[in-house]
Amino acid sequence: MQDTTLLDAVERYLRGEMSPEEKALFEHVRNTNPEVDQMVVEHSLFLEHLNQYGETRRIKTQLNDIHHRLAETGQIEQSRPAIVVTLWNKYKRVVFVAACIAGITALAISGLVSALTPKVDKAKIEYLDRRLVAQDYKLNKLSTQINTAGQTQTAPESYGIGGTGFLIDGKGYLITAAHVVRGATRLKVQNPIGEYDAHIVQLDPHADLALLKINDTSYHPFNGLPYGISKTSAELGEELFTLGYPRPDIVYNKGYLSARTGYQGDTTTYQITIAANPGNSGTPVLNNDGDVIGIVSSTQQNAQGMVFAVRSKNIFQALDSMKTDSALQKTDSTLSHLHIPLNSSLKGLDRQQQIRRIEDYIFIVKRN
Amino acid sequence: MGTVTNEQDLLEGLAKNDRMAIETIYKQHYNMVQSMILANSGYPDDARDIFQEAMIVLYEKVISGSFELNSQLKTYLYSVCRRLWLKRLSQLQRVSPEVEGLEERIPVEEDLEKHEQRNRDFIVMEQAMNSLGEPCKSLLEAYYLGKKSMVEIAGDFGYTNADNAKNQKYKCLMRLKKIFSQIKK
Repeated sequence: MQDTTLLDAVERYLRGEMSPEEKALFEHVRNTNPEVDQMVVEHSLFLEHLNQYGETRRIKTQLNDIHHRLAETGQIEQSRPAIVVTLWNKYKRVVFVAACIAGITALAISGLVSALTPKVDKAKIEYLDRRLVAQDYKLNKLSTQINTAGQTQTAPESYGIGGTGFLIDGKGYLITAAHVVRGATRLKVQNPIGEYDAHIVQLDPHADLALLKINDTSYHPFNGLPYGISKTSAELGEELFTLGYPRPDIVYNKGYLSARTGYQGDTTTYQITIAANPGNSGTPVLNNDGDVIGIVSSTQQNAQGMVFAVRSKNIFQALDSMKTDSALQKTDSTLSHLHIPLNSSLKGLDRQQQIRRIEDYIFIVKRN
Repeated sequence: MGTVTNEQDLLEGLAKNDRMAIETIYKQHYNMVQSMILANSGYPDDARDIFQEAMIVLYEKVISGSFELNSQLKTYLYSVCRRLWLKRLSQLQRVSPEVEGLEERIPVEEDLEKHEQRNRDFIVMEQAMNSLGEPCKSLLEAYYLGKKSMVEIAGDFGYTNADNAKNQKYKCLMRLKKIFSQIKK
């Protein structure tokens, strides 16, 4: 409060609004108190900046306004069309000849290229799950069931590794790739702490995202997550790393964002250059600050290190549509309280520390 | 000399922020600057930006009281625009030959240096203002730029009395100062 009064006094003093007695008193204070004196000098300088700012802004607006009016009433020349027309007239022939040459060259080159290129299949994308492995397990399971039919119903269920998933809410919500879990009837997820039953809350095959929930009494919810889920776009060339389960042990890899779009220009995904193998589907892609910027989805066949990742932004979009789905609300009441972390607490840590902090939040996703 | 007194009047008008005077200067000299810029690989939008910046340089010079009419207004504006455009061209790295000199030039480097300093301060203040957020931004603008009284502001912003508005203004100003000095570093 005292500061407010003092500042008010300084401003009135600078504007010359004080009565002679008040002014004399203030100047006495200023003379005897160096702090007040310094404040007066500093504040007058700042007000000067502020005034100049206001002045410049005012004159800029006014000049724009004047320009607009003068141009509209034809009092100054508006020569954009004129210059284009004169340039066109001047260079019409040149442009025509250039276009012909360019056309012929383009045709010749594309002809040459198509004639000389060996015939190969068009690049295809390949999902990084272990569907085939899973199918094998399914067959195995069926044959076991056939073998044991009539004997007992307690044959142990077998699961195959489908991919990787990571928590987006410590209460037990995980994100993985949709193709990892599509068609599965039973799911298990496993982190270094333990193995838990889980089920699919929602699938978004279009974005290739799935929301899973752990429903296991042995699961202890985490309070908060170390990483944040990024809402913004990652930068081209940004360094990235992944932690996932292409095999039963967690595997770390690093690389960089190599294109802002994914397969065939898909703007909902990125292309990243990073080593990824079957089982990496659903792996979080993090930047140096520990923000999740994407989710590993697929790779291009015959192209080493070319991996596509779904942009993390899509998680929010998918969840928003889930939150408005009333049928889903009824089956899962905690869904509306889903809290996605936006800020990472991993900034400035070295990589080993980051990995140690993240490890427990990443799961193997196993499916029957 | 009729034109000199006339130009003196215009400059006084500019200093006093008289719209008619500014409009007259604009009308008299814009086309000349535009043709110079169009002839030197620029576009009409460039011409507008450059001319308006030159007008601000002129304004700053006039209010600082240092403009002496020992050259014609036309020559001064042309020289300023020429320098500004040369600088812009080098920044844009457009392929361009030398800017063709149409007339004699007068040295304006000193004015432009001062202007650049002010322009830097302007940009810093603009950034600080923009990162301040509402209602602080509007409140400070109303008080310091709009010169409104605290009573008016309290009414406009819905504070119960002028003292509350003053308190809020104080907090906002402290934040602005902090952001300003941070950006300036």
